[in-house]
Amino acid sequence: MSLVPETDFGTKAVHSDKTVTVTIDGQRIAVPEGTSIMRAAMELGTKIPKLCATDTLDAFGSCRLCLVEIEGRAGTPASCTTPCAPNMVVHTQTPRLKQLRNGVMELYISDHPLDCLTCAANGDCELQEMAGAVGLREVRYGQDGANHVSARTGGCDNHHYKAKDTSNPYFTYDPAKCIVCNRCVRACQEVQGTFALTISGRGFESRVSPGMDEPFMESECVSCGACVQACPTATLTEKKVIEIGQPEHSVVTTCAYCGVGCTFKAEMRGQELVRMVPWKDGKANRGHSCVKGRFAWGYSTHRDRILKPMIREKITDPWREVSWDEALLRVANEFRRIQGQYGKKAVGGITSSRCTNEEVWLVQKLIRAGFGTNNVDTCARVCHSPTGYGLATAYGTSAGTQDFDSIDQADVIVIIGANPTDGHPVVGSKLKRRIREGARLIVIDPRRIDIVETPHVKADYHLALQPGTNVAILTSMAHVIVTEGLANEAFIAERCDIEEYREWAAFVSDMRYSPETISPLTGVPARLIRDAARLYATGGNAAIYYGLGVTEHSQGSTTVMAIANLAMATGNIGRPGVGVNPLRGQNNVQGSCDMGSFPHELPGYRHISNDAVRKSFEDAWATTLDSEPGLRIPNMLDAAVEGSFKAIYIQGEDILQSDPDQTHVAAGLAAMECVVVQDLFLNETANYAHVFLPGSTFLEKDGTFTNAERRIQRVRKVMEPKNGKADWEVTQALARTFGLDWNYAHPSEIMEEVAALTPSFAGVTYEKLDAVGSVQWPCNEEHPEGSPIMHVDRFVRGKGHFVLTEYIPTEERTGPRFPLLLTTGRILSQYNVGAQTRRTENVLWHQEDMLEIHPHDAEQRGVKDGDWVKIQSRAGEIALRAEITDRVAPGVVYTTFHHPLTRANVVTTDFSDWATNCPEYKVTAVQVSPSNGPLQNQLEYEAFSRESRRIAPAAE
Amino acid sequence: MSRHEPFSVARTEELVAQHLHLEGPLLPILHAVQEVFGFVPEAAVPVVASGLNVSRADVHGVVTFYEDFHQKPDGEHVVKICRAEACQSMGGEELAAHAERCLGVSFGQTSADGQVTLEKVFCLGLCATAPAAMVNGDLRGRLSRAGVEAIAREVGR
Repeated sequence: MSLVPETDFGTKAVHSDKTVTVTIDGQRIAVPEGTSIMRAAMELGTKIPKLCATDTLDAFGSCRLCLVEIEGRAGTPASCTTPCAPNMVVHTQTPRLKQLRNGVMELYISDHPLDCLTCAANGDCELQEMAGAVGLREVRYGQDGANHVSARTGGCDNHHYKAKDTSNPYFTYDPAKCIVCNRCVRACQEVQGTFALTISGRGFESRVSPGMDEPFMESECVSCGACVQACPTATLTEKKVIEIGQPEHSVVTTCAYCGVGCTFKAEMRGQELVRMVPWKDGKANRGHSCVKGRFAWGYSTHRDRILKPMIREKITDPWREVSWDEALLRVANEFRRIQGQYGKKAVGGITSSRCTNEEVWLVQKLIRAGFGTNNVDTCARVCHSPTGYGLATAYGTSAGTQDFDSIDQADVIVIIGANPTDGHPVVGSKLKRRIREGARLIVIDPRRIDIVETPHVKADYHLALQPGTNVAILTSMAHVIVTEGLANEAFIAERCDIEEYREWAAFVSDMRYSPETISPLTGVPARLIRDAARLYATGGNAAIYYGLGVTEHSQGSTTVMAIANLAMATGNIGRPGVGVNPLRGQNNVQGSCDMGSFPHELPGYRHISNDAVRKSFEDAWATTLDSEPGLRIPNMLDAAVEGSFKAIYIQGEDILQSDPDQTHVAAGLAAMECVVVQDLFLNETANYAHVFLPGSTFLEKDGTFTNAERRIQRVRKVMEPKNGKADWEVTQALARTFGLDWNYAHPSEIMEEVAALTPSFAGVTYEKLDAVGSVQWPCNEEHPEGSPIMHVDRFVRGKGHFVLTEYIPTEERTGPRFPLLLTTGRILSQYNVGAQTRRTENVLWHQEDMLEIHPHDAEQRGVKDGDWVKIQSRAGEIALRAEITDRVAPGVVYTTFHHPLTRANVVTTDFSDWATNCPEYKVTAVQVSPSNGPLQNQLEYEAFSRESRRIAPAAE
Repeated sequence: MSRHEPFSVARTEELVAQHLHLEGPLLPILHAVQEVFGFVPEAAVPVVASGLNVSRADVHGVVTFYEDFHQKPDGEHVVKICRAEACQSMGGEELAAHAERCLGVSFGQTSADGQVTLEKVFCLGLCATAPAAMVNGDLRGRLSRAGVEAIAREVGR
């Protein structure tokens, strides 16, 4: 094995219909017009020396190494900034160029330490490589002149010298090694869009400066690492590389954090992960990543990982380590006993949106074919189930309509109930870049999220609505579009059911949806609603990006359909730059839904009652399947409390922390007789478990994840599972204990079964994924290479379906007792329940969940910044610290749910989406009052949690 | 009594607002900030950045690029002596050293009592009457040792 090769062409690819032909060192090449000489040369395999150029950044022309000679032109222009012109004859190596390059290198090296042998970048340093390439043999200036290298020079303190900045937990900044090529500064600006870096001073004083010459951690830096990746020397270096050394091989794999699905080169030394480097050919991330994917993987070797199976009789007992056989047999015996005693349907399971498609497939197969029940659900229940329902109803598929590259062609971007710069940072960066290029931005969100106003990006309209009024706002926007004659009649006539459209148009045109009527309800000025609607309808390609702020409401499904209506009514569907794009939360939540995790659907979103579909599975699996839908997660918990549901197998999901109304979830789990948890860590749900099966990380297994753009990407094993078995092997072993004759030798065999039984996956094979990198489903005979954009000529369901979206306010209302609305979300450095990110250095950015409260509401309650406050709802109460900010509107408070001891979900209620039971996390009426510290229930939970994690010492 | 106002966020915001309509308002704003406060205080940078919707780093890069933006308050008197080629050829370097001695302060520094700041400048456009200097904004040509001493007396040295 070796490092995955990646060619750096020096400058970006150019798209043009015209080509020009040039001759470089005697070789002719035709390139698109606008291509730099440097890139054209590299296409021929000719490396022109360079330091400040790299193909992820715009050409800069500062390092003066890439000079070339062009026949008929005076001077020696820089090849990175000079475009190819027709019939140009270029020479990249001449005596004159050699002399110039040597002279430049001498200057660089005269102010650079000569510690190559002990330098962390040794073997991966472009300066070193260039010194070799230009044939540098001596440095006439010596090393004793003015420099940035030595702390003392000529017996005095060297005021040019700056000590290494080690403030960031993941990388160091050593100004002594900096050649001021600007690549880090440009990466921060162009790729990440944070603008945290600059060059301070000028001339010899020039230095890379985070913020205002601050340490990295105090600057605006979000630690995405784009600068580290761009740095050609050891100036910005991963601490892991300093600690371990250079990697010797790498493997391309897919990130296990959010639904963006970034692909990385996992750079390894043996079985030790050295660093994750975003893969330039990754079609979801195009060589970029965020702090989580690039740096926050330390959890995979964290000491808290449980590596041996464990069992216990009662949840008050300490855990006892046992063999795999004993643990699996315990599960099989208990499930059989319970099914014998309470009936077949007294058991069920939950698939994991963090595990691979293949693993999800096996878990749902085990539940349906092994347990003989359809009681299977997944965490999408609590996040994007309304997306599945809403988009399937309107268009015919339960997924987003675009690929992420489509953003590059959007003219108007609408972000509703999503916080992409925090939740989906790589998409956030892509959106910001497009907005800097001139796209207009509409944000519909109760909070002033970062993208509303961040350096060089500003929303044209921010509709800061009251939580729970999405449907009102969107239907009102439809009102404006229809009544002002902005609908795309031609598109509607061709693509949609015209009768339904007319009915819908009449419905939205009613005065009760005029912005003037809706304004007082939502707190958004009528003018803003009108302006936003007009811009969406008339601003060119308009694309909607939305998140859980849309779905996690009692009207979640209605909101999704209201979004679908807007896109259809304006013809913004079926081509690049437009569409309806749910930003899926977890790495494989799209995949877990595709793989048949819902109690009413077999894989590929086909209803369980469909006899033909069911028969195909029954034939393949040699079993009979129940034709009745099973229980959803909340129904399982309700049934458990009632006494009819007794055992559950939960793979990689922490329902106790992540699901709403925690007290009820706890009661449900406590009422069960056998709770089986398969996870990396003793998570919160495991407090109530009787059997713990250790899980494996994404680094330890093969498989596939499907991201938010329906892109199926390979996950590749880079190290042996520390627990001895990949998760699919655990499920297979469990199935065999249940008497099922499963013999998958590799996840690719599971994918063969998926492809054989699921039409939209029919063309998916590991061979294809290895060959083309990734495909977007549907991938079948009709679309052999997958489908980047859906509904191109017609909607999957046939005619687009307009649904009347009546606004019905949630039952959860504010009143004198609970006057504020709580909404929940997450932040950049932490991920979901935090089980992974809390076990990394990311805690330096976010140690605890805080309650954001507006200064006005805080003052009324005598709350100061950093004070402990109690937050009460009808469901429960907790305490946490307050952060006073006008990011939230008066009347709205906000918190995250990353830390289990906060117990944020004690407060959220059991209200849920009418169609899918997706919980209403985003609206809870609460009161906030000063507190002295954590509440009794939090302290008790902490004690209980500690108690229930005890592991008995191994018997001699 | 200083001729400058003490720094305030509100005043900085006002200065930002006054120039926001200009194309490329950053430099005019920084000039105004320096005019009013006598220098560009570090605390002004985030205010200017937020007013222009750019990052702190963006503004800091510009402030530190230009020699004429000062990050610390100047002395009561500012003496700038040209160190460029024409003045050098007319004995400017020796005068510069003399100025350091007479004023009791090195180039780029402000005296401990806050009375005088000595700065180097690269060409005042007075090459024909080199060596040249500038004292509190007034130009001086054909500078001699006696002239430097006169300047020292003028600024209270």
